[in-house]
Amino acid sequence: MATDIIIHDKKDNVGVVVTEKITPKQDCKCWIMEDDSSTDIQSMDEIPLGHKIAMTDLKEGDTILKYGHDIGKVVKSIKKGEHVHVHNVKTKKW
Amino acid sequence: MYMFITSKRKSGKLMEIPKSFLGYKRENGRAGTRNHVIILPVDDISNACAEAVANNIKGTIALPHSYGRLQFGADLELHFRTMIGTGSNPNVAAVIVIGIEPKWTKRIVDGIAKTGKPVEGFHIERTGDIGTVMKASKKAQEFVMWASEKQREECPISDLWISVKCGESDTTSGLASNPTVGNLMDKLEPLGVHLCFGETSELTGAEKVCANRGATKEASDKFMKTWSAYNDFILKEATDDLSESQPTAGNIAGGLTTIEEKAFGNFQKIGDCKFIDVLEPAEEPKKGKGLYFMDTSSAAAECVTLQAAAGFNIHLFPTGQGNIVGNPIEPVVKLTANPLTVKSMGEHIDCDVSKILSREMNLSEAGDKLIETTIRVANGRLTCAEALGHKEFVMTKLYRSA
Repeated sequence: MATDIIIHDKKDNVGVVVTEKITPKQDCKCWIMEDDSSTDIQSMDEIPLGHKIAMTDLKEGDTILKYGHDIGKVVKSIKKGEHVHVHNVKTKKW
Repeated sequence: MYMFITSKRKSGKLMEIPKSFLGYKRENGRAGTRNHVIILPVDDISNACAEAVANNIKGTIALPHSYGRLQFGADLELHFRTMIGTGSNPNVAAVIVIGIEPKWTKRIVDGIAKTGKPVEGFHIERTGDIGTVMKASKKAQEFVMWASEKQREECPISDLWISVKCGESDTTSGLASNPTVGNLMDKLEPLGVHLCFGETSELTGAEKVCANRGATKEASDKFMKTWSAYNDFILKEATDDLSESQPTAGNIAGGLTTIEEKAFGNFQKIGDCKFIDVLEPAEEPKKGKGLYFMDTSSAAAECVTLQAAAGFNIHLFPTGQGNIVGNPIEPVVKLTANPLTVKSMGEHIDCDVSKILSREMNLSEAGDKLIETTIRVANGRLTCAEALGHKEFVMTKLYRSA
């Protein structure tokens, strides 16, 4: 079955949509690059190619992990399966 | 990093990496992937003359730009370094330099002449544009006809000086096209090529991880000092949170949310290599083969112009949303992993690695495909950017003129 979402690192709490888009309530196949393992998630939102999905519930102030590293902070709580982007995550720099 | 995808091809065979390419041997021992005769204006007001000469003499190219008057201090030094470095690049066979006055013109001519290649300077004061165009055109004709007889010869792969920079990145860059460049670096570094990455500000968030890749403590410390100085400058000048500048609107449309996310994606371009030195903008590497970090802006044309001026003779440019940049003297090879970019603007893409995302291609296969493309371009195949006429030559200016 085709991969819908790729996750860089086992530690990551977000994945990247790699199909043209995923739709609400879609059961998505995820591939974790670090150890070549697989997992599943049901999406809550429509999410386009290249955009991120939350792999777990996240609350305000939580750190987003991608590549196993800190890439910013949650500024509005996010539910597992929701779209993660500039509306709910901000940089910790600048 | 990800062991199972840096393994052998699915067929089980490792690609044999070519040990040579067909290049132009230069007087100073370097090799070019191109054979340009350039008309180089010293300053903004000499652009018209330079462009007139290039219009007269077919096969030459003018490199107009916006600066070169009343600059001073480090900014002036950078101007000269970029001018002299551009003329000295092995992709350039011969150079005509045109400036408003003789002194700075001569300084650039003398700098380029150290390579042993033909170079001649002309100044406009006391002659005017028309007389200068005539004199310079006669010399340019002589140079271009001389250069046209140069033949490509077999050169060792170690004569490749490869610079890298990504642009209009999205999350597919960090997932696939940047790691493809990293895979190429891991495979070519042991063969003795020179490599260069830059984009100081776009390592923000990944700066400590990057500093740890210094081959020596000296290199790591030099990197942190360089990054901190750039970051202090941004914080001083910033009037907002830099949203829409870093990441850019294109980055955000492509799914990148923060500078940190962009930085870790950017960082994938160096694979597992360690950098041996940190270069000033446009500074020629002096420590031999290996990977260098150059302090550059993250704007595509500015960065590639500086890397070309440091002597790099082929450029690899991964893009997500579809940056279209080219350079007049250093061929810019584009690759992307974004299938929508391949579909909607394929005329800009030299190497399509989008099958990584559908897992029909692994990273090692993508790296091999990029090596093949790189060698073909080094041998003379035009890049998409060259065929489409992209010649962005953008000087970096550090501050206002006096």
